[in-house]
Amino acid sequence: MHNPPRGLSLSDPRVRAWLFQILTIVFVVGLGWYLFHNTQTNLQHRGITSGFDFLERSAGFGIAQHLIPYTESDSYARVFVIGLLNTLLVTFIGIILATLLGFIIGVARLSPNWMINKLATVYVETFRNIPPLLQILFWYFAVFLTLPGPRGSININDTFFISNRGLNMPGASLAEGFWPFAVAVLLAIVAVVAMVRWANRRFEATGEPFHKFWAAVGLLLLIPGLSVLLFGNPLSWELPELKGFNFAGGWVLIPELLALTLALTIYTAAFIAEIVRSGIRSVSHGQTEAARSLGLREGPTLRKVIIPQAMRVIIPPLTSQYLNLAKNSSLAAGIGYPEMVSLFAGTVLNQTGQAIEVIAITMSVYLAISISISLLMNWYNKRIALIER
Amino acid sequence: MSTHVFKPDMPPPVKTVGVVAWLRANLFSSWLNTLLTLFAIYLVWLIVPPLLQWSIFDANWVGTTRADCTKEGACWVFVQQRFGQFMYGYYPTELRWRVDLTVWLAVIGAAPLFISRFPRKAVYGLCFLVAYPIIAYTLLHGGLGMTTVPTSQWGGLMLTLVIATVGIVGALPLGILLALGRRSKMPAVKVVCVTFIEFWRGVPLITVLFMSSVMLPLFLPEGMSFDKLLRAMIGVILFQSAYIAEVVRGGLQAIPKGQYEAAAAMGLGYWRAMGLVILPQALKLVIPGIVNTFIALFKDTSLVIIIGLFDLLNSVKQAAADPKWLGMATEGYVFAALVFWIFCFGMSRYSMHLERKLDTGHKR
Repeated sequence: MHNPPRGLSLSDPRVRAWLFQILTIVFVVGLGWYLFHNTQTNLQHRGITSGFDFLERSAGFGIAQHLIPYTESDSYARVFVIGLLNTLLVTFIGIILATLLGFIIGVARLSPNWMINKLATVYVETFRNIPPLLQILFWYFAVFLTLPGPRGSININDTFFISNRGLNMPGASLAEGFWPFAVAVLLAIVAVVAMVRWANRRFEATGEPFHKFWAAVGLLLLIPGLSVLLFGNPLSWELPELKGFNFAGGWVLIPELLALTLALTIYTAAFIAEIVRSGIRSVSHGQTEAARSLGLREGPTLRKVIIPQAMRVIIPPLTSQYLNLAKNSSLAAGIGYPEMVSLFAGTVLNQTGQAIEVIAITMSVYLAISISISLLMNWYNKRIALIER
Repeated sequence: MSTHVFKPDMPPPVKTVGVVAWLRANLFSSWLNTLLTLFAIYLVWLIVPPLLQWSIFDANWVGTTRADCTKEGACWVFVQQRFGQFMYGYYPTELRWRVDLTVWLAVIGAAPLFISRFPRKAVYGLCFLVAYPIIAYTLLHGGLGMTTVPTSQWGGLMLTLVIATVGIVGALPLGILLALGRRSKMPAVKVVCVTFIEFWRGVPLITVLFMSSVMLPLFLPEGMSFDKLLRAMIGVILFQSAYIAEVVRGGLQAIPKGQYEAAAAMGLGYWRAMGLVILPQALKLVIPGIVNTFIALFKDTSLVIIIGLFDLLNSVKQAAADPKWLGMATEGYVFAALVFWIFCFGMSRYSMHLERKLDTGHKR
């Protein structure tokens, strides 16, 4: 009988695995310690005190766009929140618009209509092969900044004005009818949910269909409409007016925001279109035929058979496109739209010199955004995933 | 007795053949389709004629200064005058032949790799991969008696290509190691690799570049400092290796388990099993994916504008800000877009071609 050697030997794969892992850990910890040590010495010699105290200090500079009230004497912490909100704003608008445009173009690429098909192809091939930063710079420097000033602005019906100062549009403020209106909308939503539940139960019990969609539209129009009639308008609108050299009143979308959202939407939509196309393509034709032979008409075939199966293929790559969009919003640094990177990692870093803290905070924000979008989409993906035996 | 003579076949109805049939089937098959076609024609009519008018018919092609651009359309004189800057940045004019030579060497040297019947391709490729960077660096940067051109003078398309190439060549080995580490059975190695990959994939490249330009000097021992371009390249390589790792992981996962077991049964250890059996198959599968990553990297190199390197995009931006050429931003950006587009479109076509060529039909 031959017994394997008992002691520790390098020819034992388990020993090697342990050794290798210990080496890895030593290497990583050592590298970390080395970098930390160097940083400490460097900071000491440059006289920079590390820590997050600088967030309390007053910023002392103006910001072109802030979603929450801000004055120059506010703290860096508030600047951070403003940058974060601006990033989220661009990401949110971009995701919605890019999804809409991407789905339309993706479906257009599958169209049997030759013209529509080719147009969509040209769109996709053009815009996904041009760097997003270039597109942003193009829209900003070559389009929005070359528009005429406020006095010669493009006037749309005296309500919207497009000039090199951005898009001026009517601003809303709450009027006396707002709270009744909000309650009415809530009521309408509750009514719709109840109606859908009732209709589904009746359908399962008796097989009688019900026009859920039209009933829902009716409810959503009727109840809030009644509230407007009884309590007056929920919002009062203020039109922008040309006063002197600029507009007063109303809301303004600054050209940086317009250029950024437009470029990101157009760029990301090209990728989403390809995802949608391959998703719909992946559903085999047999599914359509099977649905037909069950007697489903065209609409229900699409809604109940094709789209649910296509979504399973579409969701995972769509998620990574959303993540890309969130990360690409940082390209705003190229045109100075005040979001996380240009505002916080740019201006604040330059003013305070707290490189490590600022970059660490910025990176954690993006990591947090990435992780939350992927968790959300994973949850959705799990919900619609195919449940096999 | 008479034989029956068949009449010649009637031609098919006009509606079902030729242009008319094609039009009916593809453009006017239903009222909705007709409507869509008309809408598309309207769109084309809205976009194409003004675009052609601006870029070709009304464009200014000859001249030397802004004053020569008298016609309504684009002023391509600007691009012509600044072409050198767009391609080479501030590289000294009399030394630009060195850049050209580097490019030609790359084209000629890499050509055999694309010939499928070239003998000993792997050995040749490896030699090329080792020798070329040294030659290219010597040519571009100087040395061996040639005038030194500091990297701060590099720029234009040349810089874009340098960053993209170094990025992908540096990221590939690191990415493969990370992918292997991520699939390793050793928990410590796996955790380190997963953290590394997910960290770099979760942050935008711009913050990585910021980090490499402001934090890297802090990380290094005192007195040791790096060239700005090198710092950017380190950032790009670290960032890109995470993406390469994910692509390679896809390839590793696609290799059937039997291959791993067969390699083990042959008595191959881990490294030899990977190097001789698994990786050659996996890498072949992911070549299109790697090309796609390269396209993304190529587009991303434009971000070095943020840390003040003069790549193609930044050269255009600078040139357009020149008071002598005010108002030429559109021409400049359109030109840059065209250059980027040609490269990216070409590469994406190549990746599609590879996908078809490498698809041996054995996919499960």
